[in-house]
Amino acid sequence: MTVISTTKDPESLTLTLVAEFDSAPERVWTVWEDPRKLEQWWGPPTWPATFTRHDFVVGGESRYHMTGPSGEVHRGYWKMHVIDKPTRIDFANGFAGSDGEPTPEMPPVAGYVTFEATDGGTRMTAVTQFIDLSQMEMMVGMQMAEGMAQAIGQIDALLASASV
Amino acid sequence: MTLSEADVDRLFHALADRTRRDIIGRAITHDQSVSALARRYEMSFAAVQKHVAVLERAALVTKEHRGREQIVHANGPTIAKAIALLDQYEQLWVDRANQIAAILETPEESEGDHK
Repeated sequence: MTVISTTKDPESLTLTLVAEFDSAPERVWTVWEDPRKLEQWWGPPTWPATFTRHDFVVGGESRYHMTGPSGEVHRGYWKMHVIDKPTRIDFANGFAGSDGEPTPEMPPVAGYVTFEATDGGTRMTAVTQFIDLSQMEMMVGMQMAEGMAQAIGQIDALLASASV
Repeated sequence: MTLSEADVDRLFHALADRTRRDIIGRAITHDQSVSALARRYEMSFAAVQKHVAVLERAALVTKEHRGREQIVHANGPTIAKAIALLDQYEQLWVDRANQIAAILETPEESEGDHK
């Protein structure tokens, strides 16, 4: 039985997800380490991910893309800052250009993941730390179905009209 | 897509009512107590609470308890937007965790057979 809880902090722009799995940390670790497993869960169901590179070592980088329902492709990269098997991963998840390489002008989103052994399983805590709203919008736009960006634009317009 | 539409639906619904728009307008300038709002609109406390709950679900206001009073304050566009975006990201991570659970439920020996 997987137990999942989340905490959203709109002040610090942080999302924390805690999930408990019935497998040992060493096994849960493999879904991050093995790119063929990673691509089975990183992308949303309608935007499957493909990892074309995955150097899962400190200082290593990954390249991936996600393919949308109409064939659109969004590209991203990871850079691994801490890889402490099987307890901790600190990594940056950023945007890549059409050549698949990182776009330095857009700062990446920080991810901090820890794995703790529990009675018969693993508690995985994944913290996503954003820098600002525009970065959040871009990331949501990248990882979500199309139409999200327009929806967020609508929220802006609605809020502007509400405060008149 | 469905989630973002749900967010927008909540916002449209929240903003479709004149009293609720007025509550936001007042809460933007000053925090408002539910009881003061009830007096102003000549409504029952419960009726104002319902309006406030709709605004809370759309992340437009936050309610807190101060002594025996319930105080409503407007979140402002920034916080409301942050909450809407975090909601999206939350769903993404819940989906991810469920997908991980599904992978882990696959017996070890057949894991090499995917796709």
